[in-house]
Amino acid sequence: MHDTMTIGEQLDIQKIRKDFPILEQTVYGHPLVYLDNAATTQKPTAVLKAMDDYYTTINSNVHRGVHHLSQLATDAYEGGRKKVAEYVNARYDHEIIFTRGTTEAINLVAACFGKKFLREGDAILVSGMEHHSNIVPWQLVAEERGAVVKVIPIDENGELVLDNLERLLDGVKIVAFNYVSNALGTINPVSTIVTAAHKRGIPVMLDAAQAVQHMSVDVQELDVDFLAFSSHKLYGPTGIGILYGKEEWLNQLPPYQGGGEMIKTVSFEKTTYNDLPYKFEAGTPDMAGAIGLGAAIDYVRGLGIENIQRAEHELMEYALSVLAGIDGLRLVGSVDASRRAGVISFLVGNIHPFDLGELLDQQGIAVRTGHHCAQPIMDRYCIPGTVRASMAVYTSREDINRLAAGIRKAAALLL
Amino acid sequence: MTIQETQEEIIADFDFFENWEDKYDFIIQLGKELPLIQEQYKTDENLIRGCQSRVWLHVEYKDGQLLFTADSDAVITKGLISLVIKVLNGHTPKEIAEAEITFIDAIGLGSHLSPTRSNGLLSMVKQIKAYALAYQAKSMQQ
Ligand SMILES: Cc1ncc(COP(=O)(O)O)c(C=O)c1O
Repeated sequence: MHDTMTIGEQLDIQKIRKDFPILEQTVYGHPLVYLDNAATTQKPTAVLKAMDDYYTTINSNVHRGVHHLSQLATDAYEGGRKKVAEYVNARYDHEIIFTRGTTEAINLVAACFGKKFLREGDAILVSGMEHHSNIVPWQLVAEERGAVVKVIPIDENGELVLDNLERLLDGVKIVAFNYVSNALGTINPVSTIVTAAHKRGIPVMLDAAQAVQHMSVDVQELDVDFLAFSSHKLYGPTGIGILYGKEEWLNQLPPYQGGGEMIKTVSFEKTTYNDLPYKFEAGTPDMAGAIGLGAAIDYVRGLGIENIQRAEHELMEYALSVLAGIDGLRLVGSVDASRRAGVISFLVGNIHPFDLGELLDQQGIAVRTGHHCAQPIMDRYCIPGTVRASMAVYTSREDINRLAAGIRKAAALLL
Repeated sequence: MTIQETQEEIIADFDFFENWEDKYDFIIQLGKELPLIQEQYKTDENLIRGCQSRVWLHVEYKDGQLLFTADSDAVITKGLISLVIKVLNGHTPKEIAEAEITFIDAIGLGSHLSPTRSNGLLSMVKQIKAYALAYQAKSMQQ
């Protein structure tokens, strides 16, 4: 990797914050504390400028025109793909499929894999801490094919229980789980699960929506067969995301949607499909989005993902120690900072998360409350939801201090 | 007092609060004070599913008037519910069906009525309106 910052360099958070103009605002008279980064991250000026430049100078439809602008637009769009391929260390650029986001990437695999490989009585294995987008697509295809969805249980600390993994894998045709849980922050043991699945020839799909912004993700090293993430959680624009798939798997799957771009020849007797990645990219793609995502990846690599990971880990340790000092505050998930990334889920006394979230909002502090689209986890802990504070590279210790003070103030009113 | 008068009174009360803490403190106290609903009515049937907090609503029709009791597991929602009930309780189905709930917006808590907030308050107001319309239709048939 050719990161401009050397590894081991201390990030200057105050300087980084200047790259994100949205952070410089007040909410109800308080400087904004944005701690809803697991929902979506803010965008650096470099990303905004790349997209603006695209529309201002080279906007044109890709792969279709002989003309100059179309060539420039195609180069820029494919340049975005190349940056993604490098970022996750894919073997080939054509293993990177542009989708609308993580959700569409998972739906694509569920639908196409299901159509080709799932039979009555087969099983799909997911984990008990999945986002709804990694549950429902599998339920839909299971219902269609007469298959069942099995679940890896989780324990009190928000960790997967893998004791019975071998037995759980019986009858399974594909395993799907997240690298990092959006509700708990838990970092899951990918290699343990991949090794066990591959021993039986079962492919693995990894939901990396909460991982790619916090740690280095290398698809060859992880040896996952499919991987999904969203641009908008990686400082990039909304509306675009990535499906990575190993070439041999993507080639085996039937197309997802039909349309332009994904075909070689069309006649009413027989249509032949285009090669990877275009086979899975029907219709005019999100050109500006791909270019914006490319710029976001440049930005992250400019800082160095290892530097980001270290800075965020230190901040996580700091945050956990500060929050531990608050009366009645109960962490949901692991208390060990090295076991989590980006996310802190908690409750205070018997305060409803919604009440706490509202009073934090009044103080200019943006957090998420509720079940975080992961209802099975909340059922597992018998709670209505949690308050979730989630961090990004621009999150400062001051943000954490403001959060702690905000919780104390809210609790004083509510308890 | 008419529905409109009660709303105006609440708005005037809230004018006294100088900061958000006092305003919320008042709503939270309201929410804490009264057990709004009898346990026997906290049934699944009376549960209005909001995304974030749960709200139960029980309605009785007596001497031409509608009487409401309700509860929520979120205390701010509960405080606002008690204000809505204060405004609408004991009025005729016709009055309630025609009433416009304006005070929540006026006291700066209009976001609680936003469909995206989905905290149960909006659904409860809609449910109350639906009951009022149903009883109004019924009384017109008689
Ligand atoms: C772990 C995880 N998976 C999937 C998703 C869905 O991502 P998107 O809504 O961008 O498709 C999210 C986003 O909240 C997530 O956190």
